[in-house]
Amino acid sequence: MPLLEVRNLEVSFGLRSGDVKALRNVNFTLDRGERLGLVGESGAGKSVLGFSILNLISKPGRISDGQILFEGKDLADMSPEELRNIRGNRISMIFQDPMMTLNPVLTIGQQMVECLQAHRNISNENARTIAVQKLQQVQIPSPETRIDQYPHELSGGMRQRVVIAIGLLMDPDIIIADEPTTALDVTIQAEIMELMVELCERNNVALILITHDLGVVSQVTQKAIVMYAGRIIEQGPTREIINDAQHPYTQGLMNALPQMAIPGQRLNQIRGSMPSLQKIPTGCAFNPRCDYLRDACTKQLPGYTVSGNCKVACHMVAELKQAEQAPHEA
Amino acid sequence: MTDQNTMKTTETDQIQVSESLVQIRGLYKKFNISGDFLDQLKFKGGKIVREQEFVHAINGVDLDIKKGEALCVVGESGCGKSTVARTVMGLLTPSAGTISYRGERIDDLDDKQLLSYRKKMQMIFQNPYASLNPRMTIAQTLEEPVTVHNPDWTARQVRDKVHEAMFSVGIDPSWGERFAHEFSGGQRQRISIARALAVDPEFIVADEPISALDVSIQAQVLNLLMDAQEKRNLTYLFITHDLSVVEHFGTRVAVMYLGSLCELAATKTLFAKPRHPYTQALMSAIPRLEDDRPQHIKLQGEVPTPVNLPSGCVFHGRCPYANERCKQEIPQLITTDEGGQVACHGVAEGRI
Amino acid sequence: MTNQNQTPASKMPEVETVPTAWQRFKDTHIWNSFIKDRVAQISLTIFMGYVIMALFAPVIAPFDPYDPTQMDIMNSELPPSWDEEMGEEQFWLGTDAQGRDLWSTILYGTRISLTIGICAVLLQATIGIIVGLIAGYRGGRVDSILMRFADVQLSFSTMMVAIVVLAIFQASFGTELYQDLAMVMLILVIGIAEWPQYARTIRASVLAEKKKEYIDAARVMGLGQIRIMFRHILPNTLSPILVISTVQVANAIISEASLSFLGLGMPVSQPSLGSLISSGFEYIFSGAWWITVIPGVVLVVLVLVMNLLGDWLRDVLNPKLYKG
Repeated sequence: MPLLEVRNLEVSFGLRSGDVKALRNVNFTLDRGERLGLVGESGAGKSVLGFSILNLISKPGRISDGQILFEGKDLADMSPEELRNIRGNRISMIFQDPMMTLNPVLTIGQQMVECLQAHRNISNENARTIAVQKLQQVQIPSPETRIDQYPHELSGGMRQRVVIAIGLLMDPDIIIADEPTTALDVTIQAEIMELMVELCERNNVALILITHDLGVVSQVTQKAIVMYAGRIIEQGPTREIINDAQHPYTQGLMNALPQMAIPGQRLNQIRGSMPSLQKIPTGCAFNPRCDYLRDACTKQLPGYTVSGNCKVACHMVAELKQAEQAPHEA
Repeated sequence: MTDQNTMKTTETDQIQVSESLVQIRGLYKKFNISGDFLDQLKFKGGKIVREQEFVHAINGVDLDIKKGEALCVVGESGCGKSTVARTVMGLLTPSAGTISYRGERIDDLDDKQLLSYRKKMQMIFQNPYASLNPRMTIAQTLEEPVTVHNPDWTARQVRDKVHEAMFSVGIDPSWGERFAHEFSGGQRQRISIARALAVDPEFIVADEPISALDVSIQAQVLNLLMDAQEKRNLTYLFITHDLSVVEHFGTRVAVMYLGSLCELAATKTLFAKPRHPYTQALMSAIPRLEDDRPQHIKLQGEVPTPVNLPSGCVFHGRCPYANERCKQEIPQLITTDEGGQVACHGVAEGRI
Repeated sequence: MTNQNQTPASKMPEVETVPTAWQRFKDTHIWNSFIKDRVAQISLTIFMGYVIMALFAPVIAPFDPYDPTQMDIMNSELPPSWDEEMGEEQFWLGTDAQGRDLWSTILYGTRISLTIGICAVLLQATIGIIVGLIAGYRGGRVDSILMRFADVQLSFSTMMVAIVVLAIFQASFGTELYQDLAMVMLILVIGIAEWPQYARTIRASVLAEKKKEYIDAARVMGLGQIRIMFRHILPNTLSPILVISTVQVANAIISEASLSFLGLGMPVSQPSLGSLISSGFEYIFSGAWWITVIPGVVLVVLVLVMNLLGDWLRDVLNPKLYKG
């Protein structure tokens, strides 16, 4: 049994103009200790997916279909009590902005102790010891003094480390990290990513990394999911996706990176931009921007084709694969 | 591989990188953060003293921007790269040092005298959501700079110029009646670029123009900037934190750390052989798609505050090669064998 | 496909035809919250009613309260027409001590009160906007001096300033002249006493707008300071101006009423709502309650409605509450 299984998930937002589906037909599994990357541009629905796993979608959004099974148990059937026990305790979340997690008027220690005592019956001294230990784990220098500081006294990188330490406090099974390093400098980002991989491996924690940065996904995760306009369009082992992307959007995304182009030459751009959720084109959502457009693409929602270890939602996968191999043979 | 190399060399040959368009000499910029006169008064040792604190954003930067090139300035947040851009554009006045455009000093001019330079120098901003006036239509936004710089033009001439600029960035002139909030981030950034191009500038300062955009849109905007450079023979000062963009876009690269220049070299040279320890660390930290990237170089500690600058080399606290000399003496830029310039005692002494 | 004709429009198909101004307005947050908010609708309707009353007072009013020939002292202190014993058909709200028709007098009084309120606020806004823009945009020493000036002005209460100025004026130039100039004087005094409210609000939003990149863009274009201030910054500070304006008009009307009540406002020959209330006050114990109470109710409803509108606007325009 996988640790987490998402089956046929659909999330809708009730707006004035009618229901809008932010997520459609989302399926994936996550095993213990596995690191999964959720990639997509803004508006792809990757953050909504992260929030819906914790059942934290706020109104007017709701999970309108499907199941989220944590250790085989549906989160939707759980009592608020059970749900609270899972949030923060078994599954914890790290946000892009550390100040969303940290309360500016409490010291780091106070926040960590409070968090521990909310879930466990534990004395102040013990809680503090655990907190110092976790700060040490995230490589914060001199944690005994840092623990009595306020969040604003720390640098951005340090704050994000503290947030990770708080995420680790309850020894969770899953950490969901929503763009954890987007606000940080590259050198700090590299350090924090390395730290997260190390901590996940050491504690056998599963990681769901939500990011727009394919480079980070490539460095950190084992499995990857590419999302577009609320749907998974490609999922599979990270290396396979990076080295041999099947979906035209994934290919386009990768080819658009400056590091993939010859310096001085034009980048391979994808024309247009992500449609808003109210105006998703019929058929394949990517069809107005796709170079391999066929009639079927505008009429029919593509199902998932298995290609290697990947699942791809594209009508053209087989044809593209052939076309790709043909020149090599010739 | 060899194919690519020959192609690149012929390209650099074509661009005559000799004449300086913009010269920055000994630039310093500090910001007073001590507040009002009353806030500055402190009671110390029985006496009232006036105390002022400064953020040292730029500390002695010399840069030449050559005609036709794209000079990229990279560095992490707080390194002063945006301050350099804003000082060059005259949005900030330097605390010391000079900025010249085609040999004429421009940093001490008033608004009226600057007007003729404003036509030649334009700027593109980072945040497409804040850089367009929300109460103006796109047409009004674009027409304004044209009318200001060509007061004797007829309405028709202005409109034609604006349409031309809109076409060149790929936006439909019929959108002119709309307001900025009706557009996506990428479209707004196109509009910003059109605004800069509308006055036919020869030099454009781009302050992180793509960092707020999505990956697929970033490529569109970068291509647009490269097209514009080719068609209009533009010179860019391109500020960014993203080294992979620099590798693609830049003719030369200047790496900044804590308000000082650490390394300045042609893009190819810098990426082939970074000399400064900070450049090396920065480059090793780029998240790459390849599997087999070298282990990234970990720096000790954190960037010090620009309020109390470290003595000597600003990087010495985090540098794995630092010695006594680095702590005391500020390194000057020296020319390396590869033709780049590095400010590092280690490189000068042959240690690194 | 038709990839070769890459016109801009085919690249970005999601933007369609340009909407008209009215369509745009119908899409706005203001309109949407207005059609949902019953209180705002009622308030606006009543307020528009007042405005119509004030504008068309000469048409609506059955009598001209300024014309002494239409007054008959024999008709004084008649109760409203629903009082079957004493009331007369032609004066439906009764008459005042001079025998003027109360309904007509209230119509004209509302006109005066609203005129004074709006003009005083226009004066406040003009001074306040100019001072606030300059202080916020220039910053530094200019800012400090202008804002200290505003603080000094604020530390005198409006009523105190008004009473002192008006009393001195009345004493030195005589009641005759004062009565001729009463309206202008009231507008000037109330306008000048309250400008710091505007200056402070404008300065705060100028400071916020000044940091945005479109101001830098305008400077890079080479626009002059005055043009940047009035063409770029001012339109973006209109929301807070609108909010305080509604409240300030209500405040100005109250100030005017209070001053008139104290005998420093509009003369009895040209009564505003305040002076009407004041003039009826002497007769309230002789049973003529309507001379005071009816204009009082009219005044209270006007001020209440304006404050409700102001509250609603504040909620709608507050970016922190804005969800769209």
